[in-house]
Amino acid sequence: MTKAGTTVAAADPPVPAVRLPRRRGVELALIVLAVLLPVYGYCAVGLARYGTVPPGAAGYGAGLAALALLAHLVVRLRAPYADPLLLPIGVLLNGLGLVLIYRLDLETPGDEAAPAQLVWSTLGVALFILVVLVLRDHRWLQRYAYVCVVAALALLTLPICFPAVNGARIWIRFGSLSIQPGEFAKVLLAVFFAAYLAANRSALAHSGRLMWRLQLPTGRVLGPVVAVWLLSVGVLVLERDLGTSLLFFGLFVVMLYVATGRTGWIAVGLLLAVAGAVTVGRLEPHVHGRIGEWLHPFASIEAGQGPGQVAQSLFSFAAGGVTGTGLGHGHSILVGFAVKSDFILATAGEELGLAGLAAVFLLYALLVERGYRAGLALRDPFGRLLAVGLASLVALQVFVIAGGVTGLIPLTGLAMPFLAQGGSSVVTNWAIVALLIRVSHVARRQYDGRVAP
Amino acid sequence: MTRHIRHAAAFCVLLLVALLVNTAWLQVLQGPSYGGNPANRRPTIARYQQPRGEILVGGRPVTGSRDTGEQLRYERTYTDGPLYAPVTGFASQLYGTTFLEHTEDGVLAGTDPLLAGFPLWQDLTRARPSGGNVVTTLDPAAQRAAFDGLGPRKGAVAAIEPTTGRILALVSTPSYDPSELSGNGPAVAAAWERLSRDPEQPMLNRAVRQTYPPGSTFKVVTAAAALDAGVVTDLDERTDSPDPYRLPGTTTRLLNEADHCENASLRHAFEWSCNTVFAKLGVDVGVDRMRAAAEGLGFNDEGLRIPFLVSPSTFDTHVDRAQLALSSIGQYNTRATPLQMAMVAAAVAGGGQVRAPYLVERTARRSGGTVSTAGSRPVRQVMRPTTAARLRELMTGVVTDGTGRNAAIPGATVGGKTGTAQHGLGNSGIPYAWCISWARAEGDMEARVAVAVVVEDASARRGDISGGGTAAPIAKAVMETVLRSPTAG
Repeated sequence: MTKAGTTVAAADPPVPAVRLPRRRGVELALIVLAVLLPVYGYCAVGLARYGTVPPGAAGYGAGLAALALLAHLVVRLRAPYADPLLLPIGVLLNGLGLVLIYRLDLETPGDEAAPAQLVWSTLGVALFILVVLVLRDHRWLQRYAYVCVVAALALLTLPICFPAVNGARIWIRFGSLSIQPGEFAKVLLAVFFAAYLAANRSALAHSGRLMWRLQLPTGRVLGPVVAVWLLSVGVLVLERDLGTSLLFFGLFVVMLYVATGRTGWIAVGLLLAVAGAVTVGRLEPHVHGRIGEWLHPFASIEAGQGPGQVAQSLFSFAAGGVTGTGLGHGHSILVGFAVKSDFILATAGEELGLAGLAAVFLLYALLVERGYRAGLALRDPFGRLLAVGLASLVALQVFVIAGGVTGLIPLTGLAMPFLAQGGSSVVTNWAIVALLIRVSHVARRQYDGRVAP
Repeated sequence: MTRHIRHAAAFCVLLLVALLVNTAWLQVLQGPSYGGNPANRRPTIARYQQPRGEILVGGRPVTGSRDTGEQLRYERTYTDGPLYAPVTGFASQLYGTTFLEHTEDGVLAGTDPLLAGFPLWQDLTRARPSGGNVVTTLDPAAQRAAFDGLGPRKGAVAAIEPTTGRILALVSTPSYDPSELSGNGPAVAAAWERLSRDPEQPMLNRAVRQTYPPGSTFKVVTAAAALDAGVVTDLDERTDSPDPYRLPGTTTRLLNEADHCENASLRHAFEWSCNTVFAKLGVDVGVDRMRAAAEGLGFNDEGLRIPFLVSPSTFDTHVDRAQLALSSIGQYNTRATPLQMAMVAAAVAGGGQVRAPYLVERTARRSGGTVSTAGSRPVRQVMRPTTAARLRELMTGVVTDGTGRNAAIPGATVGGKTGTAQHGLGNSGIPYAWCISWARAEGDMEARVAVAVVVEDASARRGDISGGGTAAPIAKAVMETVLRSPTAG
């Protein structure tokens, strides 16, 4: 099957064929590494806590390896030109997340999250395989842009009908299963934005009037921007989900800028964002409290009420130092609620140290960079915007949550991609990687001289 | 579009750099200061993450550690808790540490820099050195003898080795079991509540933290001052002392419990504890020389540590002559800890030399290597050797002929002085029976032990009979035990 491309090229002998390396062997080697590292981490946790290798180590390693190899096989068959770094990064981050969650499970014997996370990871890889198998060409998605936006809006409004959990209406529940539909919505919105902007970019870019060096857009095309702004503020107000709202808005501004190249859009976007944030910050005590905790993380200690979550998170990072305490030796469990989801990075920071944390950040950076690279290599505007959008989505999400738990920006509840506990998030992130694989496959295939363009 | 994609990529790089810089700042530059935040539990958790070092008495640990598996993992246990409580103190997750557990905490918890291994390797592995051991000077048999001797009564015993200053026994009763205070459960809080509200004050270390009026045992100090000053030159020469003695400048008349005190010789007055003779002697010696003698022996010293702080024993120096007279017989503002009075006995036994008492022989790594030792201690000559020799003669007389016959040990030279101290408004308090003594085995060059015993004795009558009757047998038991045990070292 992998030779399918070459047979086509062989039928066209006059063209001097330059065969592009497909790099599937590199991918396989990296996957082996990406499986071995988490297995090593899993053993390190067991050794640190009980002095023995945990009994499930072999099974865990085998499971992770089986998933990764299956995904690799599918990529080898259906997207042979895909970027060889994407899949190993996904496997490594997912495996590392499982190790961190397993490590935190040891501190909370009654509440184990790792087995469920493993199931969700399996589902995520299944979705990955499905996307890579079914989606022959990403341009196919362009046709369903409006289906995507309707689905995204439906998913976003759905949780309003369900009771709030910990102050935020972002979950829907079926029995013991809880799903965060906003996670799925963000991919659908990225697809819609890419399609909409690809279709309307000339209109958006070349109309409007000049005002003090800024070319402001006309009122007619301002409509969609206001709509998205209202959407994100609506999410913020109705679901009290600052993170998702920030993510949507940031994504739209980045994609708008990439599509039109107009700094005026950024100015408008920032103005609207500031206006929205100030208004909501004034009205919503929930948001107001988050900003206060960001400015003065130790205020509650000075007030004699003990450390807040951000303070505990900062203590965790500080305890890690450069080299970290080592897996299983930290006390990030003191963060308390959401230590396995929103605050998972605190565990990484304490036990792996600055060295480990920087490595994790660089893995994300690499993932984003590969997305951008695919975007640059593609020729169709939709594909370019989709690749840039998905990559920016990961970058923004990492920045918003990592910046929040390290005190760089106000804390907003978002899942650390792949690392954090949360099924919807893992599944969505695998879908993003799958889409990037598809896009990068097309991007690189066009340069292979032996394949008809 | 390509240019704008590159701009967007640059923006993402900016985000990444912001994250990395912030994390580096947080983890490397801010880290140490956050570690010291009182709300950060990590230092506390680390402290209890490994078993604490042991406190050793007679080569055997009297402490232990119990693994609870909780967040503050190891809790302290004590074998013979009440017996050694005045020495060990407690080490509680809730209430901190006291006494040796407190002063030697660095070694016991493993935080002492002397315990650390190779600095760079230690920073890299973050291994905490295991807690070291504290080897005490205590003689377990003497400690037991003192504890059993006091029995259910309220009191304290301090015994030291005169030639070195090593503390051989330090007992306070009623005592408590410090292991009740280990841990952080509600039972600990309840035990703390109970112990701190107990009117018997079981957590009070009477041997070093409680001062008592020393009563007649202070006459050793007065006699030393008189002999050193030359006010008395011959022990058997009659003194010029009326009975009763009218306190100078007052109409108060001081009486005696004993007979034949008028113009009695120093020997007779010492053996039978004539108040009148010693009150007048104190006045004759004068406040400056009395003060020099008392402070030389350790009174008014606010800095004595063994290694934990010893409450200062007091000899009031702003007194008129009547108050000086009372001070000289261990009344008025004269107060002493049992350890202080043991030091007085040790000075007499040791030729007039005072050695600072100490409780920690050495500290050692868990593996056995010595971390620090008590080392050589400073020696002060506080009275002339001839004065000390004459005082030994007087104190021996008390045991052979006088009020301290209960302290006599066959086959050993024993010197002592008993006393009963009245206190409270109109002497309404329970009197304190005192005995200070030292013992030298036959064939030894020097005394092996000096003891001070104080017992709150409800049955004590006025007079020194109770000091001899209640406290002397305890002193005897302690001295006998020490003399029987093989020579240290």
